[in-house]
Amino acid sequence: MRELGIKIFLLFFALSSLLFLSGIFFTLLSQSIPFFADISPVKFLTGTKWYPTHEPTPEFGILPLFLASLQVTLLAMIVAVPLSLGSAIFISELAPKALKDIIKPTIELFAGIPSVIYGFIGIVLIAPAIKSIFNLSTGLCALNASFILGFMALPTITSLAEDAISSVPRDIREASYALGSNHWETVIRAVFPYAKSGIYSAIILGFARAIGETMTVLMVAGGAAQMTHSYLKPVRPMTATIAAEMGEAASGSIHYHALFSIALVLFIITLGFNLISEYIRGRAEV
Amino acid sequence: MRRFKQIFGFALSTISLIIALSFLILIITYIIIKGYSVLSWEFISQPPKMSMTKGGILPAIVGTALLSIGAILFSLPFGVLSSIYLNEYARGERIKRIIRVGVNSLAGVPSVVFGLFGLAIFVKYFNFGVSVLSGSLTLGILILPIIIRATEEALKMVPNSFREASLAMGATRWQTTIKVVLPSALPNILTGVILSIGRAAGETAPILFTAAAFYLIGLPNSIFDKVMALPYHIYALMTEGTFPKEQTTIAYGTAFVLLVLVLGMNIIAIMIRIRSRRKQQW
Repeated sequence: MRELGIKIFLLFFALSSLLFLSGIFFTLLSQSIPFFADISPVKFLTGTKWYPTHEPTPEFGILPLFLASLQVTLLAMIVAVPLSLGSAIFISELAPKALKDIIKPTIELFAGIPSVIYGFIGIVLIAPAIKSIFNLSTGLCALNASFILGFMALPTITSLAEDAISSVPRDIREASYALGSNHWETVIRAVFPYAKSGIYSAIILGFARAIGETMTVLMVAGGAAQMTHSYLKPVRPMTATIAAEMGEAASGSIHYHALFSIALVLFIITLGFNLISEYIRGRAEV
Repeated sequence: MRRFKQIFGFALSTISLIIALSFLILIITYIIIKGYSVLSWEFISQPPKMSMTKGGILPAIVGTALLSIGAILFSLPFGVLSSIYLNEYARGERIKRIIRVGVNSLAGVPSVVFGLFGLAIFVKYFNFGVSVLSGSLTLGILILPIIIRATEEALKMVPNSFREASLAMGATRWQTTIKVVLPSALPNILTGVILSIGRAAGETAPILFTAAAFYLIGLPNSIFDKVMALPYHIYALMTEGTFPKEQTTIAYGTAFVLLVLVLGMNIIAIMIRIRSRRKQQW
């Protein structure tokens, strides 16, 4: 009887993560409702102008912010994915055990560097380089943010992809060798296809991390809420908009609630990608 | 041709790793070299002076310590009890799977979203104001998944024979968990605690609207006071204020202190893990 009580008590704590997750969702939702009472969700999601403090009619269109997030994150993944997969192949296929035992924790150590430090590096190191290479007035732009975000996503993707590659059973490799493949062909044609769920889920998780990353883009993306195809112009992704404007928005104003609506969109996007990643990995385990 | 492809493929992967490692090592050495020259005893033991152009970062160090300790105090009971349920008590695979997906999804929530949640709930709804308390609670929720995962790993590493031996002697499951499983898992749980402190210390976005202040001369007197914090200090020095040049110098020093603190925590955690693995005879 006492054991049952303990079990129920523990279950309550075990459900805390789900409780906090739904708490976050409902908080964002309830704080967004006053905004959606004023601006229709369709207008919010399809609006192409973000002028939250414009008088007399402010504009609250999320599209430029959403596209900026997408623009920055996509290039970041173009930087991160090949480097991560290459690194993962090196660690699992080429590195001797002793070297692997050093490189793997080192890569994971980099995942622990605070994002504000990456942002700082973007300002003091990468921005001057971009400025002089492309002859711009400022190096704080989409390209800078993508470059830094790419390297930030790298440890996550490398580590998870390496786990996936290393967990491929030996007989898969041996079967491939027995058919006459060399080491590289085995990696590409036998190991990768077998590990593909794990690799996809690593990439999706890296993407979700990058799109939700705040401090780096706040510091290095430049901050202009405009729609642009150029990587050399300043942009203002969703996370940066929330962080930059919440300090100025008067509590309870429509601008304040609009920022919660952006957070709600961001929450749904990242949760969606996380669940897809979980689903893919879950299917692979079965 | 096939041989050429193999050499080319593996060469590319080697180059990838070299590029990745050299950029990441570049960041660390750059901050350490530039930051070290700013460092002095005064820098870590004095408050900022003359509109942040002189003096030190003591209030930010203290603030970050308070926020991280507060976060872990809040998060640890939730985390450890969650993992005990998951690893020692839960029977159905389904419920475990649902909880794990919840934990992983919580880990994926963007840090700025935690900040808004903390602002709406702790600062406004519970009326804790912009304070150490609000910031710690917000960070506590953020690090919960890390603690749960680390504790679960630690519990999994305790061999089943330990539990069976205890149960066979007539101990209940709870007694077994408290007296046998937890003590054996302790070093690895500690790893998770240290990693979480490092993570909480480095986060900026969650404390932007819940705890952080740009400039304070004194140290906080209660948990309802605002605090300075190392990561926020770096951000503020680079984006606000009127003396960018002098502020950047201080930012280098602050980045050095934060980096050494966070990487130090991570390295300690790794070393504890390696040592406990070596000591384990089972």
